[in-house]
This record gives sequence, C-alpha cells and structure tokens, in this order.
Amino acid sequence: MTGANPASEGSGVPLLEVTGLNAFYGDFQALFDISASVPRGGALALVGANGAGKTTLLRTIAGVNRAASGSIRFSGTDLRTAPPHRRVSLGISLVPEGRKLFGSLTVEENILVGAAAAASDSWPLERIYGVFPMIASRRRQRAAVLSGGEQQAVAIARALAAAPSLLLLDEISLGLAPVVVESLYETLAELRSGGTTLVIVEQDLQRAMAACDDLVCLLEGRVALAAPVSSVSREQVVAAYFGQVPSGAP
Amino acid sequence: MTGFVTTWINAVIQGMLLGGQYALIACGLSLTFGVMRIVNLAHGDLAVCGAYLGLVLSTALGVPVWVVLPLLLPGAFVVGAVLQMLLLGPSLRHGVLAPVLVTFGLSVMIENLLQVAATSDPRGLNGGSLAVASFRITGKITVSWLFVCAFAAAVVVLSGLQILLSRTSWGRKVRATADDPDTARLVGIRVLPLFATVAGVAVGTAALAGVFIGTIGTFDPFAGSGTLIFAFEAVVIGGIGSLWGTLAGGMALGITQSVVGQVNQAYAVLAVHLLFLAVLAIRPAGLFTSHQEAREAGALG
Repeated sequence: MTGANPASEGSGVPLLEVTGLNAFYGDFQALFDISASVPRGGALALVGANGAGKTTLLRTIAGVNRAASGSIRFSGTDLRTAPPHRRVSLGISLVPEGRKLFGSLTVEENILVGAAAAASDSWPLERIYGVFPMIASRRRQRAAVLSGGEQQAVAIARALAAAPSLLLLDEISLGLAPVVVESLYETLAELRSGGTTLVIVEQDLQRAMAACDDLVCLLEGRVALAAPVSSVSREQVVAAYFGQVPSGAP
Repeated sequence: MTGFVTTWINAVIQGMLLGGQYALIACGLSLTFGVMRIVNLAHGDLAVCGAYLGLVLSTALGVPVWVVLPLLLPGAFVVGAVLQMLLLGPSLRHGVLAPVLVTFGLSVMIENLLQVAATSDPRGLNGGSLAVASFRITGKITVSWLFVCAFAAAVVVLSGLQILLSRTSWGRKVRATADDPDTARLVGIRVLPLFATVAGVAVGTAALAGVFIGTIGTFDPFAGSGTLIFAFEAVVIGGIGSLWGTLAGGMALGITQSVVGQVNQAYAVLAVHLLFLAVLAIRPAGLFTSHQEAREAGALG
C-alpha cells in the first residue's frame, strides 16, 4: 500500500482538483460549490459571461482570494491554508487580468520579481527571453511604456519566472490585435508541450476550445457545463454561457 | 564689502548643512509614505526615542554616543519592524484614516511615557571631542565638524537607500509592492515581512537623526512634534517618494531658515513654513519632481 503511493502520482492524479468550492467577494457570494480538475499536462478552458466568477476562481486558486469552504488540492497537497507565496513556490502562477505589471520597474525587474518565490530555477532569464524574443530587446525599459502585446508578454514572462507547473491565464487576449493574440497562443502551445499545465480564461470561445482539452463554463458563480472539448458543440457551450435550458428538456 | 558677502555665504553654507539634518530625519518618513502609504505622525517621536536610548546607553557605558550606534541602530530597526507587524500593518486594513490615527496615538503615548520616565528636563548627548571641533574654510567662515558629519550621514543614508532600492532584490520587491501590493502578493512577495523591514529601516534612520539632533542641540520628551513638522515639510517640498528630492527639500528649508535668520532670527522658522505653504500652493507635487514622476505618484496614490 505504501509502495503504491509514489507510483500513483502519474497521469491518474489530477494536478489541480477543486471540490465544492465556495468563495465570497465581500458580502457577495461569487462562487457556489465549484468542482473542477485538470490533469497534469492538460489544459482547461474556463469560460462564462462577465461576472460569472472566472477571475474569482483563478484568484482563489492562487490564494489571493479566500475560499469560504471546499478544497483545492494541488499535486495531492491541500492548499486550503496556504498563503499566496507558498502556492507560487509549489508551482502555481497567475497571469492576472489587465496584466498588472509593476509600471515603475523595468521589464527585467518585473521578471526578476516574478522569481521571488520561484518553485525552481528551471526558468532563468535566458530561457524566458528565448520564449519571448520581442521583450528581450526592451529589458531595460520601464514596463509602463511598452505596447499592450509586449506588456502581456512580460506578464506571462513574470509568471514563468516562478517556474510554474500550473499556469493560470486570465483574459490574456483582451484589447490585443488578433495577430498578437495568435502569437501568444502559439507560445502557450509551446509551453504546454514543454509540460506546463494551463487554465485559460478566454472570451473568444473558438480560441479557448482550440487551445484546450477540457472546458468548464461558469454561470453566475456555478458550473453550468463541464465536459471534454471534443464532446461538446459550440452551441451547447453558448447555451450554457447564457443559462439557456438545453433543447429537449421539459 | 567682503565681510558682507562672507556673512551671506556663511549663512548659505550653514543652511545647507542644517538641511542635511532635516533630510536625515525626513528620509524615513518619505520611505514609509512612499512604500506603505503610511503618514507616520510618530516619526519625530521615534527619533527622540532614539536620542533617549542613545543617552541611556552612552551614560551607562560612559562613552560618546557614536560608540553605541552599533547597538542603537539595530535596536531601532527591531523596534520599527515590531511596530509595523503589531500595530501599523494591521491598521492598514481599516482604510487610510486608521494608520493616521494609530500613529497619532502612538505619538501622544511616546511623549507622555518619555515624560514619566525621563522628566521634561532638556537633555543633550555626549558627542565626545567631535561635538566641539570645527574647521575654518576661509578667514571668517567656520564650520562645525558635527554639522558636516550630520550632512555626510544624510548623504550616506540617502545614497545607501537609493542603492538598496534600485540595485538589490529587496529594493525590487519594495518598489514592486509600492506600485501594486495586491499583485505583489500574487507573484509571491511576502508583503508583511517586507513592510516590517522597510519600517525597521525607517525607524533606524530616525534614531540616527535623533542622535544628531540630541548632540547638536538639546531634546525633551516633546521635541518630536516640532521635528516631525520640519521632516514633513522637507518631504513635501522635495516631492513625495523622491529620496534625492528629500535631500534637496531639506536643504531648501535649512538655507531659508539660515538666510532669513541672518536678517532677523525671529522670522527664521516662520519663513520655513511660508516656503512650505508656497510650494504646496504653486507646485503641490514638490519642487524637485518632474511632471512625469508627479503623474505617476498621483496614479500610485
């Protein structure tokens, strides 16, 4: 029985497992009984209308929002009481909505700050600049003066500096030109093939479904639909998105 | 004629050196506000506490106060860190007014406790032979070594802080947290211990300033409030959050005080406050901040 433990740490155990999660935003309950899981090396698309609770869910997983009840297990460890810096050093990094760079710091300083609680040193600066060559040439510039696409790349680079095994991405394509979004998603595909597990919040349903294996649709803080991408149609997701009763129900 | 010119040059030089003392006391205030958004109304009282601690230690050991600095400064650092962890940090969670009230209460408490413990007799610190040494620049201008040391200490402390903030990993984290505490937490910075070290550094510099104040002049339990006003004015004139601005602000105060004092001593301090009001009215972001920095400071706040 004891011998089976390390062996079972393979593909069978999900990297991230959220069970019965309730969370509040002030007095307002933002998440109701959320359950979801992502296998190691997998990619989960988290979709839903504005205010459905996607950002709150990501922030609760990252530990900056408190979970009122329920459990978050990462690689088999219960994260319930872990503060954010502990979760970062376990391998969870969040790329926040709106990028949230440290504007008075240079590009490189932003990335170095991201390494403050790094899980390992497997993402040194050279490797990060290899993934994002466009920001390497701007490393000495202050983050505030970059273009939107460059800022988004720096935000992802800052998260990568913590050497995450789970990367949470919140609305990375917001306000960016399609060609820039295209290249960001190509980078995400590379990261994934390198073994990084992804949870992606994305407004563009088509893009989210193309990039991920599994999909969870939130509606007013509850899971409206959870299924492998291959088994649902775009119409079904749209119906869940707007809370419409599936056709065929009484 | 030369005598006349020399008098004014002397006033400017003495004022600049005096400004160093103001900058030394002000830089901790600037750091605390710039990083943690706390206006520490007890900063001057903490400086006076540093002077009293210096008095106790140097009297007990029978040595000039400079000798006990290696004991005093780490002690002040610990006091600052503990105050931040137990009192100021928790107060930050209750809006912007709470820390102001907490530090005001702390100021009143420190002043009264000092009065009970040490009476309100004015005291002075034993500065050893340095306290009375001076040197002559030209025939008529003589400068006190103590003033020069206070000015040098201010320059060393300010440059040291500047280097720590711009070159070290600690400084990067401090600046990132000042930019956006919420995101700092998100990327894994432990904000509470980081703030404790910042408060420790601020109180350490206050204690050092207190030692100079107590060696150059005298102090009593209520000296902190007056000190705070000058420090606060130096920070505002220099531009909030700019350390070199704080030095320049302190020197502007010192020169004003000294030059006006040359005309009429009664108006010297009044002139300083008028300068402060004029700067607030004309350039509220401070004399030594660029428009760019001012905008960012506004965006940060």
